[in-house]
Amino acid sequence: MSNLASGRGALFQKEKVDDLRHWVRENKPKGLMSKVMSEQEAIAKFMTEGCYLGVELYGSVRCPMSLVREVVRQGIGNLRLAGQGVLENDLLIAAGLVKKLDITYHGYEVFGISPVLRRACESGEVETVEWSNAALAWRFKAAAMGLPFLPVRSMLGTDTFTYSAAKEIECPFTGQKLVALPALTLDVGLIHVHRCDEYGNAQIDGISGFASEMARASKRLIISTEEIVPHEEIQKYPERTIIPYYIVDAVVHAPGGALPGEMPYVYWRDEKHMNLYFEQAKNAEGVEQYVEKWVRGTKDHEDFMKKLGGAERFEQLKAQATRR
Amino acid sequence: MTEYNKSELLICTAARQMADNTICFIGTGIPMLAAALAKRTHAPNLVAAFEFGGVGPDLEKLPLAVGGSRTFHRAEIASSICDLMEAAARGYVEYGFLGGAQIDPYGNLNATVIGDHDRPKVRFPGSGGANDIGSLCWKTIAIMRHGKKRFVPKVGFLTTAGYLDGPGAREQAGLPSGSGPYRVVTDLALMGYDDETKRMKLLALQPGVTAEQVQAETGFELMIPDDVAVNDEPTDEELRLLREEIDPDHLYT
Repeated sequence: MSNLASGRGALFQKEKVDDLRHWVRENKPKGLMSKVMSEQEAIAKFMTEGCYLGVELYGSVRCPMSLVREVVRQGIGNLRLAGQGVLENDLLIAAGLVKKLDITYHGYEVFGISPVLRRACESGEVETVEWSNAALAWRFKAAAMGLPFLPVRSMLGTDTFTYSAAKEIECPFTGQKLVALPALTLDVGLIHVHRCDEYGNAQIDGISGFASEMARASKRLIISTEEIVPHEEIQKYPERTIIPYYIVDAVVHAPGGALPGEMPYVYWRDEKHMNLYFEQAKNAEGVEQYVEKWVRGTKDHEDFMKKLGGAERFEQLKAQATRR
Repeated sequence: MTEYNKSELLICTAARQMADNTICFIGTGIPMLAAALAKRTHAPNLVAAFEFGGVGPDLEKLPLAVGGSRTFHRAEIASSICDLMEAAARGYVEYGFLGGAQIDPYGNLNATVIGDHDRPKVRFPGSGGANDIGSLCWKTIAIMRHGKKRFVPKVGFLTTAGYLDGPGAREQAGLPSGSGPYRVVTDLALMGYDDETKRMKLLALQPGVTAEQVQAETGFELMIPDDVAVNDEPTDEELRLLREEIDPDHLYT
């Protein structure tokens, strides 16, 4: 199989599949043990300066925002980051914690371009390598399959390919051109779910985005959850377990953990708070004030929830949740 | 005749491009409203698909995010991005909507940067699903505001493949045969692509607009056939559906 072309972007994370197999064998607990811990403990235990981080789904929907805020509180910097991002990656960049970004989409959706990303890229503070949404998900899939790469038909013929770290190859069977996507193994993955048991067996309601692939591509996986349910509840519907306990390292109980984003069927997004963020994000001082007040200025997730309006506000947002 | 604004005109023009009994990738904003309108008019069996996994939601309430719960409300399946993108790779998805900061005569789009990639003058959000949609759907429909800064001879950064540099280039690059840009919908005109040259071609003018005006707002030579149609204005019924049923809170219009 010959290489036809190479993207000029740097490969921010290099892992060898056999090294990973050995690492998994030695480091991942296969027995059932409680992994419930606080967000402070989970982030401090598994995240390190300069590690490669991934977050799922994305800022405005089923996103582990409470864990991301804790990363900012602990100030773990020089991060390499994968995104697909809205509020979560924006917050990490705004806090000056991101060095390298494997970017697909980073913006505010219907609210437009992220001024935080603009400032970071235009000043050269954050180095970016380009991918598409599917490419990033497929890179996780490759890692989840225990493979070094996966051939796909996205990104061909474009600058998105040229500024990626992918390679163009010839199919050994048909001779056709394909893009070889390098597997992306995360040092740490953060995922917010609807419910899980103390061991980490997790269920997600609604679309699963790229949770299944990213969870399996994470060396260390921290799950935050709306609800911790008894193990028997999981055993009753094992087909619903999208993330099995043996890939999970920490379980953090975080009702409202996706706020100000939405948690499908549980609560609607806090539009008011999101607008406040988008408004403050317009300039560096504003976003710094936001981070000071709403992240560093809150002790933990519980404190953040209090500041957001406590139980009363949470009930309002729950009442607005999409019904089945 | 009811008065209408530019967004409503774009939505109606886009809606009319989609055929019934097809699957269409849509994003938030105008494409979503166009799909909702097409479903309520000529294409009741049009299936809206959202790249993070929602297929065939009722769109009773407008989604605010491509992964939000409204993209799979009473849907056929709430799946995953890999599942949806792989369906497109297998040829299931007929249409995909695209937008961008720049488009060139071959329908290539820029949604990444203006200027040097590593120290850009302007950093845009990036490809997102656009590159995949432009690679894997059969036909793409771009929705843009018309203007010389947007319709450029060559995009500053080629985020999403159109016909690249002309006939046969997509196939040469390894992209699926028979796929590519289909329509460009703007506030001034509806455009398609010439079969032979794969260059952008004027198909129809928006009401009250002249071909000269369209050319003057386009930064490259547009193919202008002798006989250019004029789009019908949004009908009273289309406007009623948009205002009363689809977007009663005027989130997008």
